[in-house]
Amino acid sequence: MFRRSKGAWLAVLLTVAGTTACRDDMHNQPRYKPFASTDFFGDGRSERPTIPDTVARGQLHLDEARYTGKINGKDVEYLPIQITREDLQRGQERFNIYCSPCHGRLGNGHGMVVARGLRQPPNYTDKRLMDAPIGHFFDVMTNGYGAMYSYASRVSNDDRWRIAAYIRTLQLSQNAPPDLTQQTQNKTQGGGTAGGMK
Amino acid sequence: MAQLFRPSSNTLAKVSIAAVVLLAGSTLAVGYIMDRGPWITGVRIAPEQPIYFSHKHHVKDDGIDCRYCHTGVETSHYAGLPPTETCMTCHSQIWNSATVTQPIRDSWASGKSIAWTRVHDLPDFVYFNHSIHINKGIGCSTCHGQVNDMPWVYKVNTLNMNWCVNCHRDPAKFIRPKSEVFNIDYQYPANQAQLGPQLVKEYHVQSLTDCATCHR
Repeated sequence: MFRRSKGAWLAVLLTVAGTTACRDDMHNQPRYKPFASTDFFGDGRSERPTIPDTVARGQLHLDEARYTGKINGKDVEYLPIQITREDLQRGQERFNIYCSPCHGRLGNGHGMVVARGLRQPPNYTDKRLMDAPIGHFFDVMTNGYGAMYSYASRVSNDDRWRIAAYIRTLQLSQNAPPDLTQQTQNKTQGGGTAGGMK
Repeated sequence: MAQLFRPSSNTLAKVSIAAVVLLAGSTLAVGYIMDRGPWITGVRIAPEQPIYFSHKHHVKDDGIDCRYCHTGVETSHYAGLPPTETCMTCHSQIWNSATVTQPIRDSWASGKSIAWTRVHDLPDFVYFNHSIHINKGIGCSTCHGQVNDMPWVYKVNTLNMNWCVNCHRDPAKFIRPKSEVFNIDYQYPANQAQLGPQLVKEYHVQSLTDCATCHR
């Protein structure tokens, strides 16, 4: 029968004791988690900002209307992406997340944060905004306007168009003209038609 | 020859047997309780943060959606922390001279990041992805609890492996309709026993309990 020596037992004990003490080495390995700080770079960030004018693969945005909302510096009057009913619903969802804190769920400018003291945004049914080209809304979301900051880093490009389409829906929902169907199609048409109202 | 042991030795022997058993048992118990308790797991302990930021105020009182700040949660493994720009969206105007928001303005002016303390820190040998859970009907509050009731955020679950596996073995108990994922006050309905398996089937949720699912 195999007999372990006292030395072997001691080795086993030491190994067990040794491994329990090393717990953190595996838990916190020498790599950076998202947003972890570092001493290596002067600004303390392990995540490096992109170098200006970097174009990542698949992000060459040549479609001026779609990515700037403007043609020759003028806000576009049409939706440069196709908007289906699902897109409108996505627009509604995004609007409720990112816009409603200030603009309110109806777009009337009575959001919760306004009640806390933020400058009140205009009602979407103001004549100026009813008449504004749809590219204007995209431009405001992308570049900010007045007290409003840019949402370009928070809402994706095409989601901004979906929100713009939903803003049109909100405008119409409170200003339904008699010939609603025709006007809806004229205002929201961009390759596809806006689905039904919600 | 005199007796080696006095009569009291009988009692002493019995007591010491009991004492050894009790001591061994309680050592194990104390070890177990410490390992599962807040001292090791950090559950219900809110670490100090550089700013007195209240989720309770922003989520419950103001009704701001989780995704307003944690923009990556639907598309990325990491939910994301808001950049200072997101704070400044409102706080350039409201509470814009308060002491409590001073670190935000300092960060905005200097371009230096705000150094938050990570509350949910998984071991580095665990792979975790937020987006797949969000997109398959696992709600924020299932893991993070009632963040809308936390002035300072703490974790409510250990994030230990047995806690993860508990759900991975039987997701039907914890799944909810996709439309309710971001509803922080969601209550499981009385018919979860029927609804759960139905949603698991509808969303094609797999019960992944392979080691390599998380340890890759």
